[in-house]
Order: sequence, then structure tokens, then C-alpha cells
Amino acid sequence: MSEIEVKSAVPMTPYVGMSNETIDGEIATLNLGPTHPATHGIFQNVMKVDGERIISSEPTIGYIHRAFEKLAERRPFNQITTITDRLNYCSSPINNLGWIMTVEKLIGAEMPKRVDYMRVIIMELARIADHLVCNTVIGVDTGALTGFTYMFQEREKIYEMYEEVCGARLTTNIGRIGGFERDFSPAFITKLKAWLKEFPAKFDEFDRLLTRNRIFMDRVIKAGPITAEKALGYGFTGPNLRAAGVDFDVRVMNPYCSYQDFEFDIPVGQDGDTYDRFIVRQEEIRQSLRIIHQALDNMPAGNYFADVPDFYLPPKAEVYSSMEALIYHFKIVMGETPIPAGEVYHSVEGANGELGFYLVSDGGRTPYRLHFRRPCFIYYQAYPEMVVGSMLSDAILTMSSMNVIAGELDA
Amino acid sequence: MVNIAEQPEGFEGQGFFATKLDSAIGLARSYSLWPLPFATSCCGIEFMATMGANYDLARFGSERLSFSPRQADLLMVMGTIAKKMGPVLKQVYDQMAEPKWVMSVGACACSGGIFDTYSVLQGIDTIIPVDVYVPGCPPRPEQIIDGLIKIQELVQNESLRRRNSDEYKKMLESYHIETL
Amino acid sequence: MAYLNNTELLAHLSQSLGEKILNQEDTFGMLCIEVNRNEIVDIISNLKSDENLKMQFLTDLCGIHYPDNKGKELGVVYHLHSLENNIRLRLKTFFSIEDPTCPTLTSVFDAANWMERETFDFYGIQFQGHPDLRRILNMDSMDYHPMRKEYALEDETRTDKSDKFFGR
Repeated sequence: MSEIEVKSAVPMTPYVGMSNETIDGEIATLNLGPTHPATHGIFQNVMKVDGERIISSEPTIGYIHRAFEKLAERRPFNQITTITDRLNYCSSPINNLGWIMTVEKLIGAEMPKRVDYMRVIIMELARIADHLVCNTVIGVDTGALTGFTYMFQEREKIYEMYEEVCGARLTTNIGRIGGFERDFSPAFITKLKAWLKEFPAKFDEFDRLLTRNRIFMDRVIKAGPITAEKALGYGFTGPNLRAAGVDFDVRVMNPYCSYQDFEFDIPVGQDGDTYDRFIVRQEEIRQSLRIIHQALDNMPAGNYFADVPDFYLPPKAEVYSSMEALIYHFKIVMGETPIPAGEVYHSVEGANGELGFYLVSDGGRTPYRLHFRRPCFIYYQAYPEMVVGSMLSDAILTMSSMNVIAGELDA
Repeated sequence: MVNIAEQPEGFEGQGFFATKLDSAIGLARSYSLWPLPFATSCCGIEFMATMGANYDLARFGSERLSFSPRQADLLMVMGTIAKKMGPVLKQVYDQMAEPKWVMSVGACACSGGIFDTYSVLQGIDTIIPVDVYVPGCPPRPEQIIDGLIKIQELVQNESLRRRNSDEYKKMLESYHIETL
Repeated sequence: MAYLNNTELLAHLSQSLGEKILNQEDTFGMLCIEVNRNEIVDIISNLKSDENLKMQFLTDLCGIHYPDNKGKELGVVYHLHSLENNIRLRLKTFFSIEDPTCPTLTSVFDAANWMERETFDFYGIQFQGHPDLRRILNMDSMDYHPMRKEYALEDETRTDKSDKFFGR
């Protein structure tokens, strides 16, 4: 029996009857392997546990490395949107529109207000969809499967709305460089209005199941805490950082896409534990609903695309009759668009935090270098520090409350 | 209105029904396939939607998802399999007990999908034998259910001796899978 | 709403760093400076502890490869962000591919740990002083650094794909 001193950087979870200083016992190595029902995604954690208490944790990632950055050096700019879909696939419109906005920044194109408002509606719907997945999965990990079943019905309705806009459910490839491919159809507006009317009541029902539920609270409070200083040092962004107490939101700090026109609050937590992350995401869903209402009510009239004929496909009728339109169409489809040389960094507030695109272009048809600043990859580094000293079940909850999406982790 | 499963060919009489053992067991197996959802990426989220209330996979008998290969019949590989993940997939396949079926969901599992890169396995049929391929990126839940129905047809028509036959053993050897 | 703008930032940096700035440009609203790799850790940690700048957030760290710049082929690009002043800065440092080393930033920012591992995995840049420099996304048995421009995107060892119809 060896004596092991457990050092953990964060305050250890207090459990009745267990001493906090030294533990003597035998250490077992537990492989929370790549395929595991509780790890929502493919990543491995080799943990050394003493009974239920975790002594050390070593994550291994890369099991779904698909070489996005190398692939992006081969694809023309409008085909990279389909790759960005697969980054955080629970909220793919945000990735798509973030990339499109990066390219628009590089070419210096200004979007009409209508396009901005349309983009805001789509991005906020995506944010709601992602937060619903995360919160219901926190429920599932504590044993509460009902919320999952109910809220996935609402996600189906969001999928139907995506289908009205772009035709796909999950990997959307929404938007084009220069706007949207078509205006919002009346069917979309009807579905959106109907959903906005009935979703709050159903969401409140889900909220009542978990938020003040004694069993849930006992499970998640003080599970996997992190302080604000540590979180900033580790490069946390998004709901995980806001749960720790720092109100950093890219939509407010570096507003893009007319976010400065909308009024919304930034929910902030205190301890940075799982309960705070859950509550911050719940509240962000409500704030996103607020933004969608404002965008829908104040939607300006105008064009759904900007005047960038070099990048935005001309109407099909013109392609058959006008020579210029034919040439533009050919060049855009073949990827021979005149993207200027230069380098740009643009970031959007993804569902997990600051999703950044660092694009270096040399004037060719494909990027010279494209680097994705993926929030999941950066904040997952802090996971060992967050769970050392806590119980195994808390480690599982911490992992699911951090909303680690494997596609964004490995890229 | 309740749909009862189709009766296999047989001889019916007063209080008895005689059919081949293969058909009876095939019928029973096909309506209680326990899947192992090997969900790696985006197709996994479409699988979660398939398991949800709208496209309910449980009505086809796949109510109990088994994450342990020892207790599963059907390995549903959903999502991209990278080369790093290949040995893990092979091990999970080896740990499943016969009879087992494999369904490859999504373009990435079928053939590598849009990721023709140095790190992605170009199709899981390079390492394990696959029964049904469901294309799509990601396939709609209806397509995943269609894939499951095709697996059910395979199961219903499978001979009980197939897993011990020489042809099957030769196929497993070509994948370097050890047979007992 | 930025509390410092790029001109003020550049003035402040020129004052404190002076000669160490090899190159600077304003790229689409973000100031970008190039420095020598030997001074990069000191510069960044001074930027972090500076009372006026407070660049206390490391947004990103990535590598880049320019095979045509002889003597300065490999580079590391850092993105810093000052949350209190709401201003961003990009720092670049270049060095030769014959000597792909660079001091590590993990002593200044914890977030640099995995970011540097990823840069090592993709470009082969050795970060001196890194606590655990090994591959993170690719397989450990891989013997080359795939993001360098000389390597192809596809797997070179496969034999079943015919290039007859699809030129590569």
C-alpha cells in the first residue's frame, strides 16, 4: 500500500468522510477508451484511479483527424464551406457563415443589412440547437433521459427550418460568398414564427425537469470547477469561460454581422462548475430567442445578396443569355475567383467559444494556409486539471458539460 | 392497426405451424437486432435523431443499444474512421460474437467520403467485412432505417450454417481476422 | 469599441521594442509585427504583464511554411488579444528549415501547450522547453510532418486508386 499525495490545482470536491490530503491505496489504470458511451465523441482518457478518486488523467486525441487544414489548401474558396460544416457539426451554420464572413473580409465586400439579419437568425438557431444537445446530454449522463427525447423533437423542427433555407439537415453548407442563395421563403417564416410561439413553453418544461431538481443539483454542483484566471490562461472561450465568471463574448467585443443592432444579455456564472455551465447554456438559449425575435421583427427589406459578381453566381436566366454572366458563372464554379493576396483573421462566437479562421491567401484559387482556431481543442487541455481529485462520475459530467465535439477537437 | 411480421413459408395445420429452422430463427433474430452504435462524427448526430421520437429506430426491434461489443448483434459504423481509429474498430469487431452484421453508415465509413487525405481510412471495408452500405453525408434518418431493413432481410434469409462454411472462413482470412 | 487603436499600439510597441520589430503591417484591422524567435517569449510575456496593454489572452498559435523564402521557410504565428483594451495583435517569427527550433510559450500561457504540439505535429518545429512535445493529432508512428508543402494531401502508399481519369 503506497501513500500517494493528491495534488490538485483546483479545490477538491468535498466528500464526507474522505481526507483531502493523502490517500493510501492501490492505483488502478482505467482506460476511458475511444469508444465509450459516455464520451460523446472519439477521444481517449487514460486515468489512474484510486477507488473512485481520480489521481491523474492523460487525454489522447486525434482519432478522427481528417486533415481539414491540408484539405483546405486544395479546395477553392467556395468549396471550403462544406469542410467547415464538419468542424462543430451540431451547429454547422455558424461555421459556414464564419468562414464566408472571413472571405468577405478579405475581398472587402459589404453585405446589405438584410443579409446580416438573415445570417443572425440562422446562427442563433444553430446556437440553440447546439446548446440543446449539450444540455440534454448532461441530463442523459446523470440518468435523466426524458429531456433528451423531448428536446430532440425541437431540434427536428430546427432541422426542418434549415431544410427550407438550404436543403440539408445537419451539414448545411448554408450561405454563399456574397449573401444567400435564395431569400427566406414564406414557408420558412411561417415555420419560424410557429416554432417561436411554442418552443418557449416546451423549453420551460425541460428547464423544470432539471434546473431545480434536487438530484440533478447534487450531482452537478461543484463537479469539475475552474477559476477564471486558470480558464483565461488555458484559452477558454464561450459558455465554459462565461460560467467561470468572465463575460467575454465575441459578438459584443468585436461585433460582426450587425450584432451591435441587437439587445441581449451575456449570462455569467460564478464557480465554473458543471451546474454553472448548464445554467449559462440554458440562459443563452433564452437570449438567442430574444435575438431571433428582434431580427425577425426588424428585418429590413432589400437584397439577399451583395453586388459582387466575381464571387456570387448570377441568375440562371442571365447565364443563358448574357456573355458576362456566363463567364462569371464558369469562373465561380471552376473556382477561379480573383481572391486578393493577403492575410486575415476573423472570429465568430461559435456555440463553444471563439471560432477563428486565420486565412493566408497568395492570390491563387485555393488558400495558401488556412488555420481554424477551434475552441474545443484549446479548452480540452484543461480537462485533466479540472478532474484530478474528483470522482469518476464527476469526470464524466465535466466532459459532457464542456461540450467537446470530436470534429472540432481534431479537425 | 398492428402490423404483424410476415409469416415464413411453411405448412400450417390445426394448432401447429411447421417451417424451416433457418426461417424461424432468422425471423426472431431480425426483429431483435441489438445495435452497437460506433458513432464517430456527424453521422452519429443523425443517428441520435434516428433514435429520437420522430424517426424511432426502436420500433424495428433495436430498442436496446449496446455499447459493449459482447452483447451486440449489429455494428453500425457511423462517421469517419481515421487510420488511428482503425485498430480500435477491428478490436471491437473481433470482440463481437457470431452471428454479427456490419452496417456502414455515411460516405466516410463506406469509402472515406470527402476526406481523401493521409489520415483517413478510405472505407471500413479495408479492415472489416461489411454487409450493408448506407451512403449519404449524412444520410437522412429514413435512409438509416432503410439500411436496417436491408440488414433484416439479410438476417431473415441467412442459413444457419453460413458462419461455419468454408467460404465465410476464407473471407475472414482475407481480412486477417482470426477464426476459432 | 476598442480602447486602444492600432496606431497607439504601434507607437507603444515601437517605443518598447524598437529595433526588435523586423516588419509590421496592418492587415484588415489587425496589427501584425514580425520579430526574431530568440526574443519572442520575452516580448510576449512583457506584453502580458504590461500595465497599459494587458495582452493576457493567447487566442491562437499556428505554424506556416513558405518553401520559397530561403532561410526563413518555417514560421510560427501568434495571435494575442487584450480583453480589457479590446485590441488584437499578431506576431510572427520566421526561421530556417535547417534549424526548426523555437522557444516554447508554455511558461507564459498554459494554452500554448497543445497548440505547440499541433504545430510540431504538422510542421516539425521543435519547441525548446516544452514539457511534453509529441504528436497530438496524427499517429505516433508517422515519420513525416504532413502540412509541409512538399507532401501531398492524399495517402502516398495506397495502390487501389487509379489516377488515369482524375489528374492530381
